[in-house]
Amino acid sequence: MQLIKDRFNYLFGSTKGLILVAIAMIGIVTAVWGMLSGPMAEMGVREVVIKLLGMKIVQAEREGRIVILYHSIAMAIIAIETYMITSLLKMKPFFKIAINAIITVGYILTMIFGMGFAYFGHNWAFHGIYIFGLSLIFFAGVLLIIALWPWNPEYYVTDKEYAHTKKGVDLERVAFFATAVTTVISALFGAVPGSYFGNGFETFLAENIIRLPEKTTMEYSIIGHLHIMLALICIMITLIIGRWLNFKGILHKVAMPLMILGTIVLNLGVWGVVTPLEPVAHMVIYVGATPSMVAALLLLIWSWGKLIREGTAHIQKPSFGQKIGALLRDPLKFGPTWQMLFMNFTTSGIGIFMAIKLDEVFRVWPAREERIELTGHWHVLSAIVATIILLYFGDMNGFRGKLRQWYGWSIIILSDIAFGAVTVFEMKRLFVPEAEQQPLVNGLMYAIDFGLGMLMVILAALLVYRLIDLFKNKGRWIEELDHELAREVDK
Amino acid sequence: MKGLFLNFSLLVALLASCAPVDLNAAIPTFETGVDSNAWAQIPAGEFYFGQHEDIETTEAYEIMITDVTAAQYADFLNAALADNYVKTDGGQIVGFYPGDKFHAIKHEEEIKAGDWIYILLNDPSQKIKFDGTTFTVQTGFKNHPMTMVSWFGAQGYCEYFNSRLPTEMEWEKAGRGTDERSFPWGAEIMRENANFYSSRDPFEDMSTFGSRTSPVGFYNGQKYGDFQTQDSASPYGLYDMAGNVWQWTGDVYEGMHYRFMRGGSKDTYDMDLRLWVRNNATPTYFSPGVGFRCVRDK
Repeated sequence: MQLIKDRFNYLFGSTKGLILVAIAMIGIVTAVWGMLSGPMAEMGVREVVIKLLGMKIVQAEREGRIVILYHSIAMAIIAIETYMITSLLKMKPFFKIAINAIITVGYILTMIFGMGFAYFGHNWAFHGIYIFGLSLIFFAGVLLIIALWPWNPEYYVTDKEYAHTKKGVDLERVAFFATAVTTVISALFGAVPGSYFGNGFETFLAENIIRLPEKTTMEYSIIGHLHIMLALICIMITLIIGRWLNFKGILHKVAMPLMILGTIVLNLGVWGVVTPLEPVAHMVIYVGATPSMVAALLLLIWSWGKLIREGTAHIQKPSFGQKIGALLRDPLKFGPTWQMLFMNFTTSGIGIFMAIKLDEVFRVWPAREERIELTGHWHVLSAIVATIILLYFGDMNGFRGKLRQWYGWSIIILSDIAFGAVTVFEMKRLFVPEAEQQPLVNGLMYAIDFGLGMLMVILAALLVYRLIDLFKNKGRWIEELDHELAREVDK
Repeated sequence: MKGLFLNFSLLVALLASCAPVDLNAAIPTFETGVDSNAWAQIPAGEFYFGQHEDIETTEAYEIMITDVTAAQYADFLNAALADNYVKTDGGQIVGFYPGDKFHAIKHEEEIKAGDWIYILLNDPSQKIKFDGTTFTVQTGFKNHPMTMVSWFGAQGYCEYFNSRLPTEMEWEKAGRGTDERSFPWGAEIMRENANFYSSRDPFEDMSTFGSRTSPVGFYNGQKYGDFQTQDSASPYGLYDMAGNVWQWTGDVYEGMHYRFMRGGSKDTYDMDLRLWVRNNATPTYFSPGVGFRCVRDK
């Protein structure tokens, strides 16, 4: 009994255990539900999975199922980010325990009962528990806001290396706070129309109503919600990675005000979509996104500079090659910011290109083609966040030597092959006429499936390793019981 | 060594992606026995419209039981060219369209009165051939749906025969009947029901040219060689209301120049074959996966 109790305490009482459980949950959902669409459906795997697991799904309800699937995975990601925040930033122990406990119960209920409702018959009690789970996560978010309150003198900083006000208010904490506040408010932009549409069983996917010049306020609200929530998840992971790497110095002092400004303006723009300001809201969004992205760029410049400096400290006059070698020496430290840079090729760059050529190119094509571009680029963005989490998690696992190299580089290279191929797939009509695209599609599908499939194998190997470790009396889990991420922040 | 092998494999895969596609590869020919000149009677009354099943009403009308075939379109072009209803303009066939009211809404493009493209003649995917005097159809495609035709070319055809393109409501009612089904034949879809992406029909080869159209009315319960189809007609007896080709509809909406298409196609996954799924493109758009059928008032 004690054996089970100890493991349970690790998995649900320690930061690393909680993150491990959430990653495992996402891994299982991704592996199983990934077999229901795309090439797996073409090969007939979908039908086998449906029969094997006893799923009850009908074509008419696809949109509703997908909304619940997206929320189930997103809530687990939000939980992981929350665990990282409560472990990285100073806060009262009560808040840390309460937030972690509530969000854990919240996302697990959301995931199990949401997916149970969506894919295994419509038990409405399950749907109620799913909504209850989402509500718990919202409440955990409110608690996080209180816990992060940056104007508490306890959290003031005096170290001149970090961005702060004259009074000592920690601007990085303000950035975390602003992101948490706007996340909670933006959740309402999904909750209100979600209740409205859900109550009438009128689920829809935003990508299916593109090009319609007239949209209702509720439809705008859903569109705004999904965009801003993903953007906020990205902003939060950027802040988390910055804290882990111990972002500081002059670039930190420039980046943090930019991040705060960008987050607030970006949110105002998105919220403005549901107001009469809608015609100018897009411009406000662009204005808000720019400082946020500049802040991320400053983090990248600083972290790469640091990796190069530390890696060449023993060399008097390092050559260019030696500097590159130093930069690439540790894939787990280099990877997160590289993925942020790579994101510009797969997401931001595509978005900007589409905006510029929208009427000239993309809106000459059928709407279903435009939908591929839209869904493709936000799936890649979400997956990039997942890879950043996996890279950080690799460091949390204490991987050293060759294992660290293999794990880190495999995640970076495999994911970038897949994401790059997705990006070419989105844009394929630019290169190949519609009637002649099948060989290109086949090649890209091989690259995507190879990249994502191997990533899933790595994740499975990681989870099996951690599962085996749990059976050991003196496994790594014992060491991690009281590990806080704040203690592992770079010096 | 392992790295070399990986790189070599990826290079081979990428090179294979650049292989040329033979758009004129031989296609199996089958007679379906479905009459592409037949029309179905749709009674006036209520029906469930759209994903959320709003109750709507139509007047009575008639609708073609199949898509317009390539042979029918070639016959139309021969007649219409003789009547000066259409004319050649460079490598394309054009016809007059009176234009749409322009509202200058964001993204809206003005469709002015004038000659607009019906079909492009020299596109490798075009199955209609023109020798300077007569239009013919590429061998094997006579009973396939007419594709590579713009919205103007579709509405021009219907108008020439005193009919018109169906409104979205008319199209959906003809496909759905009066119940809440997702597909013309029922709630679920199998490979034997329709021609969709990777549906393993006798016309596709996913390793080279991918999906191709099937003859109109192909999914009528007959067995063609080894391929057994299911009778997938709609409640009113229409064929190919799901899959094969997207079908242009006739609505011109205020503030939008886009024209809507219904039915999904050989190039889309099964989910896009649900009866309420909408697609749209500019009216000059044409594709190997887009065709049409006509309606006429009773």
